[in-house]
Amino acid sequence: MGIGRMWTAVAVAGLVCSAGLPLRAAEPVRIGALYPLSGQAAKSGEDTLNGIRLAVDIVNNRYPDLKLPLAGGEGLPGVGGAKIELIAADHQGSPETGAAEAERLIVQRKVAALIGAFHSSVAATSSQVAERLGVPYISGESEATPLTERGFKWFFRTTPSSRTQARDFFTFLREVNKTAAHRVQTIAIVHENTLWGQEFAKSAEDYFPEYGEFKLAINLGYQQGTTDVSSEVQRLIALKPDVVFHASYDAEAILFARTYKQFNFAPQGIMAIGAAFGSSAFRDALGSDASFFVVRDHWSRDLAARHPAVAQVAKMYRERYGKDMDGTPARAFTAMMTLADAINRAGSTDPEKIRAALAATNLAATQLIMPWDGVKFDAKGQNVLTGAIFIQTQEGTPKLVWPASLASAKLVWPRPAWR
Amino acid sequence: MSLQLLVQLIVSGLGMGFIFALIAIGLTLIYGVMNVVNFAHGEFLMIAMYASYLAYATWGADPLWTLPLVACAMFAFGIAVYYLLVRRVLRGSMTSQIFATFGLMVFLQALAQFLMGADYFAIRESRLSGVVEAASIALPVPQLAAAAGAGLATAVLYWIVFRTRTGRTLRAAAQDRQAAATLGIDVDRTYALAWGMGAACVGVAGSLLSNFYYVFPRVGAVFVLVAYVVVALGGFGSIHGALVAGVLIGLLQVVAGFFVSSQLKFVPVYLLYLLVVLIRPHGLYGRM
Repeated sequence: MGIGRMWTAVAVAGLVCSAGLPLRAAEPVRIGALYPLSGQAAKSGEDTLNGIRLAVDIVNNRYPDLKLPLAGGEGLPGVGGAKIELIAADHQGSPETGAAEAERLIVQRKVAALIGAFHSSVAATSSQVAERLGVPYISGESEATPLTERGFKWFFRTTPSSRTQARDFFTFLREVNKTAAHRVQTIAIVHENTLWGQEFAKSAEDYFPEYGEFKLAINLGYQQGTTDVSSEVQRLIALKPDVVFHASYDAEAILFARTYKQFNFAPQGIMAIGAAFGSSAFRDALGSDASFFVVRDHWSRDLAARHPAVAQVAKMYRERYGKDMDGTPARAFTAMMTLADAINRAGSTDPEKIRAALAATNLAATQLIMPWDGVKFDAKGQNVLTGAIFIQTQEGTPKLVWPASLASAKLVWPRPAWR
Repeated sequence: MSLQLLVQLIVSGLGMGFIFALIAIGLTLIYGVMNVVNFAHGEFLMIAMYASYLAYATWGADPLWTLPLVACAMFAFGIAVYYLLVRRVLRGSMTSQIFATFGLMVFLQALAQFLMGADYFAIRESRLSGVVEAASIALPVPQLAAAAGAGLATAVLYWIVFRTRTGRTLRAAAQDRQAAATLGIDVDRTYALAWGMGAACVGVAGSLLSNFYYVFPRVGAVFVLVAYVVVALGGFGSIHGALVAGVLIGLLQVVAGFFVSSQLKFVPVYLLYLLVVLIRPHGLYGRM
């Protein structure tokens, strides 16, 4: 090898190294996302993860028109302009797989934080792994109350728990009883029997003594992934409750709605927790029959009147993923933005610093796309500034009908007969 | 407990029961003739449901009219699966047969999710939607149609298997492959026929089901698990068995769901299954 060639080699090596340096300075912050990407809840998992993908994109790239934290610049300025790298893992709705995937993401992929997990049952096991290994875990949509009752040090939740949400149903009905001609007295609770549904049913049941004007007609649990719900609906028909509270995922929401229509079961109102009864999949599958379900939701495009960023984010989601954003992706989006804000303030990918920054989170209502008063965690990691809205699908579009101060349409109550 | 309620429960139970039976008959037919369990059977159902849905969404074709087409297409699909995949692994070990159809299941599920996404699709208005009133009892048309259609399909299948020459060759190949071959029966062709007929059964079931159930990539798993129990309860390879067990399970789960508990509605079903297997290990109508 001649001298000249060797010099060239050295020069090339030097170039490569110097080119490498600025890249290394802003090494991406890796975040693990645990969602059901195959199996029964694959559709919801995909939609939810898309909300997170959108948040990551907004943080990583420049969106000067968007008035949200970290949208104007590129990456996380607090961490030297580092970008976020999202590593998605599929837990298939199984708590065991979720725990194994959490461990893999932390140990092998060296993620700085975890976000997940749609199913509360999976959040329960996977956050246990994060707690053991000392990695921050944020959940934007796993609602089971016990998740934050465990007093974990590393677990944070932006969404209201099911207990808080159950209370909103009673507040709503008490107000309905003041205005509507038909008084609501008996309530049936219909719920799927994984942790989320059971938890909602239990929370709602616990509020009956406090709201003494209402009586529980039946607490009806059903097996998730069932082929047929006619026996469940027949039991409801036999009891004639005034109102039904539903905790169901997408598939059974469609099945129940069809079976209600088939047997002409028409209570004053069918109310639901979770987005299933107001989701775009539900509307596509049922057409005009999707109307008049009252969904306790977290988010609506109608909130754009309160904050223009809502409409911008909704538009971006629609353009990118070809469907309308709903409450679950919006909440996952918010959890991701909250996490990014914390990492930015932490100024490092050190787990302990991120944890401390998360605990000190104080986001204002104007920094969110949610109808909340902000994001601020209590000692158990639960966001205490959440708020509720109720949505009713009218003429094919979901309308915000409660609370009156934010409403974009008038509540239709009692629900009209099936057509 | 009114009479109306009881009749409605029974109709729903029969509707589901005949669907279970029809899916199970397809499964048991293939197993009975050639001792191969088709693990992708649920995915055949999924394909039939997607086909009905897509015909409806694209051309507005009612599932009632596309039913014969879907059945024929599934018949061809079953034969294709036999010639392209199953025939090649027949010479191999039992394990490779299991893995072949299991692999086909995974492949078809992933393919469906890739092509159609994980969304739920449902047919909104078909000729077989709504209810009919009879003596002030509201009966859901889709379930009635499912019961009637599945019953009819089963009758046709019975006629083919037990009354025609083709059926005789099927039964001959099932009883003794070698003896059938020595008597001049083209065993290979007979096997292909079994796959075609088995797939056509789920074609009919999927088409009827699409009137009231949504389709998504994993829909097969929901139904085929019950179908396996139906096959085992009725006796492996027995068409009578699958019919009786399917209807029995359909009725039992609806009645148990109403009177016992909806969370436990499949418990009596599996209890019955355990009981039958304990007393008659080869199922209700199975041969030893």
